[in-house]
Amino acid sequence: MAREARVAINREPDIIVARQQGRDIAVELGFSSGDLALIATAISEITRNVIAYATRGEMTMRVVQDGTRRGVEIVVQDEGPGIADLPQAMQDGYSTGGGLGLGLPGARRLMDDFAIESTVGRGTRVVMRKWMK
Amino acid sequence: MRIPILKQGAYLIATVQAGATDTDFLRLREDLLAMVGAIRARGVIIDVTALDVLDSFASRSLKGLAQMVKLRGADTVIVGIQPEVAFAMVQLGLTLPDIATALDLEEGLLTLRERECERKGRTHGT
Repeated sequence: MAREARVAINREPDIIVARQQGRDIAVELGFSSGDLALIATAISEITRNVIAYATRGEMTMRVVQDGTRRGVEIVVQDEGPGIADLPQAMQDGYSTGGGLGLGLPGARRLMDDFAIESTVGRGTRVVMRKWMK
Repeated sequence: MRIPILKQGAYLIATVQAGATDTDFLRLREDLLAMVGAIRARGVIIDVTALDVLDSFASRSLKGLAQMVKLRGADTVIVGIQPEVAFAMVQLGLTLPDIATALDLEEGLLTLRERECERKGRTHGT
């Protein structure tokens, strides 16, 4: 199964498109309804950061395999201002955008694997995976 | 897509559709605040049964909405949060401690009626 999705994240309704497409792929793979909600919520949080801070970005999602494990990998990349202090941004309740500060740390809790890299002035890239149980 | 608001007696019922955007939530807030005054509503129900995601933005909107409605003298109850949505919300760190919730529309209406009785009791000093 070479299902892949690519969604440009430029406007607020793109958040809904991204999580819907992500959900569709996860449904095809056979994720439980509980996991579907976790995946869709994580996509929602991370793509909203793109709209709130960077204004321009992209989400790609694909099916990944690791031995006998199958899962989905979601990459959200933007060309925004970047995050100067990543450890601080990963703390619950920290926000520079007037939000609740749950997006990044929350998404990490929702997914199995979570990695973030950011360069000030260049942008931010989040890679997260959820594996089928 | 505007979130529809139904009037039932002194209560307003807003039914949030799947795929409601941030803008839809903000507009709902404005619409409800205006309608609470216009019909002198005593209670508001937000039905989120159709939502498969309630993320931090939506939760924050609902919380703000409930607070504003309260300042206008009416109660708000959120109904229909699906089990998997509740699971995801708690994992995310969203617990909505200050907002009244109920299983479904029926329970939500019951909650509003109970609150109204309590309020009447207080005003009459009983």
